[in-house]
Amino acid sequence: MTPVEFRTFPAPHVVGGYTVPRVMYQVLVALLPVAMAHVYVYGPGLVLQLAVAAATALLCEAAALRLRHWDASLPLRDGSVLVTAALLALCVPPGLPLWLTALGVAFAVLLAKHAYGGLGQNPFNPAMVGYVVLLVSFPAAMTSWPEPGPPWDAITGATALDALRTGLRQSYTMEELRAGPAFGTIGGAGAEWINVAALAGGAWLLARRVIRWHIPAAMLAGLAAPAALAHALDPGAHAGAAFHLATGATMLGAFFIATDPVSAATSDRGRLVYGAAIGLLTWIIRTWGSYPDGVAFAVLIANAFVPLIDRYTVPRIHGHARE
Amino acid sequence: MSALPRPVGVRPDARKSAALARPIAVLAAPEFAVLALDQGSGTASVPVVAVGDPVRLGTLVARPAAPDSVSLHAPVSGRVRAIEQRPLVHGDGLCVVIENDGAERLDTAVRPVGWNGLAGPELLERLHEAGIAGLGGAAFPAGVKLAAARTADVSMLLLNGAECEPWICCDDALMRERAADVVLGAQVMLAASGADSCVVAIEDDKPEAVAAMTTAIDAAGDARITLRALPAVYPLGAERQLIDAVTGREVPHDRLPPAIGVVCQNVGTAAAVARWVRTGWPAIARIVTVTGSGVAEPANVEARIGTTVAQLVAACGGYCGEPLSLIAGGAMTGRALGTDAAPVTKGLACVVAATASDLSPRGPERPCIRCGDCSAACPAYLLPQQLHRAALVDDEAGLARLGLADCIECGCCDYVCPSGIPLVERFRAAKARKLERDIDRLRAEEARGRHERHLRRLAAEAEAERRAFDEARRRARPADPG
Repeated sequence: MTPVEFRTFPAPHVVGGYTVPRVMYQVLVALLPVAMAHVYVYGPGLVLQLAVAAATALLCEAAALRLRHWDASLPLRDGSVLVTAALLALCVPPGLPLWLTALGVAFAVLLAKHAYGGLGQNPFNPAMVGYVVLLVSFPAAMTSWPEPGPPWDAITGATALDALRTGLRQSYTMEELRAGPAFGTIGGAGAEWINVAALAGGAWLLARRVIRWHIPAAMLAGLAAPAALAHALDPGAHAGAAFHLATGATMLGAFFIATDPVSAATSDRGRLVYGAAIGLLTWIIRTWGSYPDGVAFAVLIANAFVPLIDRYTVPRIHGHARE
Repeated sequence: MSALPRPVGVRPDARKSAALARPIAVLAAPEFAVLALDQGSGTASVPVVAVGDPVRLGTLVARPAAPDSVSLHAPVSGRVRAIEQRPLVHGDGLCVVIENDGAERLDTAVRPVGWNGLAGPELLERLHEAGIAGLGGAAFPAGVKLAAARTADVSMLLLNGAECEPWICCDDALMRERAADVVLGAQVMLAASGADSCVVAIEDDKPEAVAAMTTAIDAAGDARITLRALPAVYPLGAERQLIDAVTGREVPHDRLPPAIGVVCQNVGTAAAVARWVRTGWPAIARIVTVTGSGVAEPANVEARIGTTVAQLVAACGGYCGEPLSLIAGGAMTGRALGTDAAPVTKGLACVVAATASDLSPRGPERPCIRCGDCSAACPAYLLPQQLHRAALVDDEAGLARLGLADCIECGCCDYVCPSGIPLVERFRAAKARKLERDIDRLRAEEARGRHERHLRRLAAEAEAERRAFDEARRRARPADPG
């Protein structure tokens, strides 16, 4: 009897079918409600921003892969660069000159991602690097948001965070500010709808197990706790937790930006620390910083701490005593 | 007792129903029995027969060479035809090949064991001589393990019927059909180990096995034996994970289960013990799951040790479709075989002839995105992602700190990895490199020691020579007129 020959593979012989493209495309799907709310509040400008950002991102990714002599077919289709593009496009004002959007995306993909080694290697969140480069270089263009609609007109107005920061410095009280046009029911006018949409998309990602709860929960808690405390101590000078949660890029940051696994801490405990740090830093920057929103800076600062967080949050191994 | 931890792992598709659709088939003894001297524990036994010797069923063929090898007995009566290299599940190895004369004559030593009258140590001795090995896969001698348990004065005998790995269902079939054997085996092992209670742990996706075992335990009326249904999470059946799930206590990483008063045995091993005390049969047969889309009639078959995989498959209707890969073991840790010529050993629980539809090919390997799904799935609470980074650059200190030695190679990290990284394979390679380095280091130390001893000897010799010379000169001096 001649033995039959078989092909040999290392175990395991079955896998769960999770892939990077599946993760990335699910993130893009979860961003749909955010994009829809964004268009509803600020008008169709976003569509153009998204198109330019995506095209630039794919172009830059292809160019970088070519320069690095990599096979571009897999990375180009993994969707990661589209997530970067979409996040950046959602963060910039819808009327931003398109060449600026392209510039920001190019920075994100070429410098923040590929200069550090490409997918999986970047210590800083690429979309936030792109955003911050634009914000510090073109502060006026980057902070001129249209009045929330509908109807959408070309008048730009202060965002709620802007109004809060400048208003408080000019000795307005919270009640006076709250009555202003920039404020909505709980958060920023319009922005609160975008936050609700991001919360919905984030909940879907959680339910699909694309992201895990540690970072969003810790970030929201890290933001809400000091906000609530400050508000309780001095209600006239500080907006409360609900306002901070429903304003600016809070929910987008918690579920889509801070959860970027590449630049986040890795262990569960590490992610709690990392998320809480982002929340706290966001509140600090919003309260005392010179920029209205702090999510982008908070994420980048926390990114810088990731190696340290990872070093001190190695979980206890099974069968080992707690150190 | 502390709160029981939530079992960590993955829930792959169980794929057990095909083989469980048929009752256990008892296979006829093969024409030639190929007895691998290494039954899967990693250390070969030493043959005590020569080519041409006649043997009877149950005659001792090889004796243990180390604490982790077992006695081997002839699974058929006949004559030893060869002692030669044959393909085995784990590469080639020396085998005793016995030609079956078909007479099934029993060795005189094969007779029922009056275990109730035996003192613990003697029972252990006899159990070891009967070649009973862990049938869960490790094939570690049960007698040695139970003896260690008796020395450590353990309180609990844990019978592992979790059977968490996809495709493998020989224990499920056994518990459904021969639950009374498992209970009898448990009683014998309680006596042998000196433990005062026995917990039979079964995953709750096996309601028939749970029901059958409950009935058998009730029928035995032995209050020491209880049953515990556990959530079906792979790899709950791994020894340390199972003990944790049942007792809420972790076995220290550098110790064995008896250190916390537990000894673990497989339910199949218990049934083998029961057959041994009832009939005197040493461990010469076992139940093997033969399944996969590449097998015509998947089933659990009871085969003599030394039956080839080809014969198992033939007994199950032969191959069908296009079997791509032949796996010894389950979907997560099984070893892919090159041929079907390997014989059944005490550690072989399952054979899968897998077609393309059975195997889910990993996607192309992509860079790690640090998603951390691997650490969420790791039953040893490791950070496979960071281990992988350390393994890529062979950072020895990092690997040690991150617990490479604690990796049980269950494959959960591979299962969830979205980047398709063969993590376990890399960890195995890193462990092998570490072993090699440790051996090199030992050798280097030995060589240095040898060299230093050599230098000391040379120095001592030179010193002795100098003294002898001085002495001779001093002696010569008095005669010197000066």
